[in-house]
Amino acid sequence: MHAIVCIKQVPDTTDVKVNPETGTLIREGVPSIVNPFDTYAIEEALRLREKFGGKVTVISMGPPQAKEALKEAIAMGADEAILLSDRAFAGSDTWATAYTLANAIRKIGDFDIILCGKQAIDGDTGQVGPGIARQLDIEQLTYVFKIQEIDFQAKRIRVERLLEEGREVVETRLPALLTVVKDINQPRYPTIMGIRRATRTEIPVWTAADLPDAKPELLGLKGSPTQVVRVFNPPPRSGQIVMIEGESPQEQAAKLADLLLKEKVI
Amino acid sequence: MALLIIDTETCIGCAACVAACPFGALRMENDKAVVDDKCTACGACLEVCPVEALSLPERGKGAEDISAYQGVWVWVEQFRGEACSISWEMMGQGRRIADSLGTTLTACVLGHNVEGIAQQAIYYGADRVFLVDDPSLGVYRTAPYAKQLVHLVRQYKPEIFLLGASARGRDLAGAVATEVHTGLTADCTGLDIDPETKLLRQTRPAFGGNIMATIICPNYRPQMATVRHRVFEMPEPDSSRQGQIVRVPPVMTEDQIAAKVVDFIVEEGEVNLADAKIIVSGGRGVRGPEGFKPLRELAEVLGGAVGSSRAAVDAGWIPYAHQVGQTGRTVRPDLYIACGISGAIQHLAGMGTSKVIVAINKDPEAPIFKVANYGIVGDLFQVVPALTEELRKRLRK
Repeated sequence: MHAIVCIKQVPDTTDVKVNPETGTLIREGVPSIVNPFDTYAIEEALRLREKFGGKVTVISMGPPQAKEALKEAIAMGADEAILLSDRAFAGSDTWATAYTLANAIRKIGDFDIILCGKQAIDGDTGQVGPGIARQLDIEQLTYVFKIQEIDFQAKRIRVERLLEEGREVVETRLPALLTVVKDINQPRYPTIMGIRRATRTEIPVWTAADLPDAKPELLGLKGSPTQVVRVFNPPPRSGQIVMIEGESPQEQAAKLADLLLKEKVI
Repeated sequence: MALLIIDTETCIGCAACVAACPFGALRMENDKAVVDDKCTACGACLEVCPVEALSLPERGKGAEDISAYQGVWVWVEQFRGEACSISWEMMGQGRRIADSLGTTLTACVLGHNVEGIAQQAIYYGADRVFLVDDPSLGVYRTAPYAKQLVHLVRQYKPEIFLLGASARGRDLAGAVATEVHTGLTADCTGLDIDPETKLLRQTRPAFGGNIMATIICPNYRPQMATVRHRVFEMPEPDSSRQGQIVRVPPVMTEDQIAAKVVDFIVEEGEVNLADAKIIVSGGRGVRGPEGFKPLRELAEVLGGAVGSSRAAVDAGWIPYAHQVGQTGRTVRPDLYIACGISGAIQHLAGMGTSKVIVAINKDPEAPIFKVANYGIVGDLFQVVPALTEELRKRLRK
């Protein structure tokens, strides 16, 4: 069994703040973390390896410091990691990112399953997973809540997908790309042994030159159809808060009921 | 890997770009602008530079003649033969955008025995409906739906294609945009047409709602966007409207489709937070699984759903399906009652656009009070039952 996990290094949005004077994002000193949803994808791959044997390869596209994210995956137990990093990849939107990752996956070669988090917490698009699946022309299973059954010999998989109305059970063939939601498992912490191994591991870096099948005009900014033209602070919620005082909870409740009826929201 | 090109000869060291950069990627060194890795090539600095010392590398040209692409399309999502309300919200937006461009609105209806939905789509504003009615399309599956839409897009060339940002909509949009190689903006909360360029300006939150970004797709078509539920008003259907229904044969046959949907599990007490108009939500302050009982009673009186913060889910007090916030559901109800929720930024990202927010919390300093319209400082175990009682009387339930 060979599982490939695609991860992203993201700023820890818990610590992202907006400068009240300039209205810009303060990212100085904001720690970078592995996108939380991706840790569920790593965990699920490790569980598959524990059950079926085989190998887990983790890949990421990003600046050189994204190696740290890959080392965290190694510390959790991943076997191998590859960083895709090149000036030619810079400015990639979701289309170009999926294209680049798909080309790297083709170069890695044999795989049975690809796992991604359902979305990244900085971009929140959830588009790269389906993008990779289409680029590779394999089955795509998004928002996976549980792998019910998987058979690498028969190349079959059955999963539960979390939709708005409930959970859909889908069966399809392998290889497939799965994006996972957080119910799927509880990610493990890195072990001391794992951290030691991660420290010793050299992460190979692939540049555009390592992806000879990738067309240069489809990489980075050139391959990206979308363009961000403006970034701004979300408009503040209008109006001041009305604090509801009262002698008793009953009195407060009555006042609030009046206001809600007046607002016509109940 | 910063892409920004700084012409240090031309740079006058005014630092206007430093102030304009939303990502703090620019700084001054020896009176010249310097850029670092935080640059996202957004171009905000280009506009403010008085001497045009800043530039970005050339973008892709796109593949084809974009003027051949005309009209606005909406994908009409259906579940068990019923149209999803998000699709009619899309139709309302699609109509508005088509009118401002002086073009037509087309609905794409895929399903089985869904001719009624095609007719409804006309009532909701479509000039034309592509109806693909086949047993293989009864239940949504990525491959046959994506292949069908890709086929239609290639043949009829729309300039704008909108889909609801539901689980299915996001699954489908990502697949279609990849295959036709065009831009896709996820989870938009604002759409409008630039009066000069006639491009679709797509605005969406990023960084968990900390910032908003406006995105365009100048050189590729169609311009694709998924739009969040309940961001836009439901339009009123008009049963006197006329339109054309074009029947299209399916492009895939059942034996070509690998995926089979074998079951659908709806848990007891399952919630559809996305559709709820009223949400009563509990956080750490409910102190345990039993603490949700008064919240459920209030939700019942109001005909609403029960939500929760991540803290309550992680503590195991309530299933994940109830979680509101960045790692849970994004909701936009008419009324959101936050009980014992402190209001971490990740939670606010998931409910901050609710129409009316009520916060009930013991701690007057809780950040939730900064976004709420109405606040009560008090013990939720006293306030919530009192509110339930009061509303039961008022609403005669």
